[in-house]
Amino acid sequence: MTFNDTLEETYTALSANKARSGLTVLGIVIGIASVIAMVSVGQGASSGIQSSIQSLGSNLIEVTPGAARNAGGFGASSGRGSATTLTQADADAIQSQVQNVSALASEVSSRQQITARGTNTNTTVDGVTASYLQIRNLTMDQGSFVTDAESQSLAKVAVLGPTAASDLFGTDDTQTDGLPQDIVGQTIRIKNMQFTVIGITASKGGSGFSNQDDMVYIPSLSAQRFLSGNSAVSTVDIQATSADVMTQVQNDVTSLLLSRHGITDATKADFSVLNQNDLLSTVSSVSQTLTILLASIAAISLVVGGIGIMNMMLTTVTERTREIGLRKAIGAKRGDISKQFLVEAVTLTLVGGVIGIALGVGVALGVGALGLITTSISWYSVFLAFGVSAAIGIVFGYYPARRAAALNPIDALRYE
Amino acid sequence: MIEVKNITKTYGVGDTAFQALRGVSFTIEDGEFIAIMGPSGSGKSTLMHILGCLDTPSSGTYQLDGKDVSQLSDEELADIRKDKIGFVFQSFNLLPRTTVLRNVMLPLVYAGVEAGERERRATVALAASGLDASHFFHKSNELSGGQIQRVAIARALVNNPTLILADEPTGNLDTKTGEIVLGTFQKLNEDHGRTIVLITHEPDIAEHAQRIITVRDGVIVSDSKRHQRRNARHAE
Repeated sequence: MTFNDTLEETYTALSANKARSGLTVLGIVIGIASVIAMVSVGQGASSGIQSSIQSLGSNLIEVTPGAARNAGGFGASSGRGSATTLTQADADAIQSQVQNVSALASEVSSRQQITARGTNTNTTVDGVTASYLQIRNLTMDQGSFVTDAESQSLAKVAVLGPTAASDLFGTDDTQTDGLPQDIVGQTIRIKNMQFTVIGITASKGGSGFSNQDDMVYIPSLSAQRFLSGNSAVSTVDIQATSADVMTQVQNDVTSLLLSRHGITDATKADFSVLNQNDLLSTVSSVSQTLTILLASIAAISLVVGGIGIMNMMLTTVTERTREIGLRKAIGAKRGDISKQFLVEAVTLTLVGGVIGIALGVGVALGVGALGLITTSISWYSVFLAFGVSAAIGIVFGYYPARRAAALNPIDALRYE
Repeated sequence: MIEVKNITKTYGVGDTAFQALRGVSFTIEDGEFIAIMGPSGSGKSTLMHILGCLDTPSSGTYQLDGKDVSQLSDEELADIRKDKIGFVFQSFNLLPRTTVLRNVMLPLVYAGVEAGERERRATVALAASGLDASHFFHKSNELSGGQIQRVAIARALVNNPTLILADEPTGNLDTKTGEIVLGTFQKLNEDHGRTIVLITHEPDIAEHAQRIITVRDGVIVSDSKRHQRRNARHAE
């Protein structure tokens, strides 16, 4: 019996029972497609989160006032505004005394109601220094960013994030950036003080922890003088010269601030130093757990699909007992029979596997294209799903095939 | 040529052992048309299984074309069935939802005959069994009982066997269709010189053969050649 004959027998047998073959294939399709789609959602989520953390700036260390809570508590609200233990003098000391700091920017942020032309919005007003642009990987869309001279001179100038700009000045769909081109030069009012708009930052995409598009930047000294009324800063952003010196910079900053604040017990520090890499590793481990969770749910459906195949093959063997008896009577050997049933099982899984991969990739791409969630198809999940389905076909097909082949032709022929 | 010498078959062991055949001997020459008769439980089915190489005897020898096949393994028996034996069953046992031609070609698939030759030989066998060529591509479930049994006969013929074994071939057919099928066997025997062994429990079916072996309680009680066999009406 040649391989072509086996394939032909398989085709005849499977097409003779289209509904049942179809349902069995469906089980495998759902199993494989869900593995691929779910792993791609998990992977997409983790790479999305990672890139949005990266986009905050590279080799970044953030110092915030208030006691450290935990690494995961990093965010817009942890400690910010609640403590005033960090000052511009601390920032200056770090700049002058810690080695391997390539740039440093202090921020003074607060939530403010902002009005312009009768519209108003409530957003974060961030008092920044000129180096903030570099540290945060920001680029300008229109106009220019706050300069050091403006910081020193208490200038009442403001740079808008694109979301804040459209909230205040509306949109213009004819422009590539979607914003009216005459915003620079207009004035906005913060706490009843007029600030002149000198620039708009380019959009960074509003995903991740803090939305850098919905921001208004003003010089930090102006923020301290006009908005907060003290010399406290809410964040010091430090950019290390390379990833290798992050730990050294973090340790130096911690010991410098401890001594400046007169604290001997590091656990009682009134500030916290967060390393971007710590955050990244925390987030990656969380998203990895998520991926494993999703994949294991999907794996269960894959196994259920496999049991479906075994179930169908066993039913088939029972139902076709007389056919097996006949085939043996006219000269089929054990090997011919077991090969035929094995090929049937493997064909079902392969067909299911191919459709499942197509469906899984399609769902992943579709969900990604709809913008519901970022997905990233990893080829290892495709190979894994396909490998598992092939293994299921062989393993779950082998037992019924053996059972069929071992039947005694006399008993098989008499079977009712 | 078939030579059976002192064959016994015992099922089970110890107290529950049951001896289905208690020493059966006979010889069948090429070109004979034999009926093996006997009531149910007589051992005729066991005898047929052994003749058809579906089973091996507990003792005794069975020579098929000069080769002792009584103690072969399962795999060797499959080879003998493939090359030397054609089966016709009471319940036809065609593959359902499969064309007539494919059904007839099935033994050739296992015999490793190449595809073009299969179809040629299947067509010849179908013609010999008297099935009209217009039915070759019909599915087996679209045929009448008599037509189905002719397909089964063609399938038994297609590998050019030494022996055609028919186990109650008319049992599921009405008298008229049964006559047609018996006529087909007679024709194959007379015109093509096929050796045919027909197993039946009905005397008037057995009368279509040239020689009747009657089995009862595991032994042969009579073995008679008939000078005048009953002719099936070659209807159609």
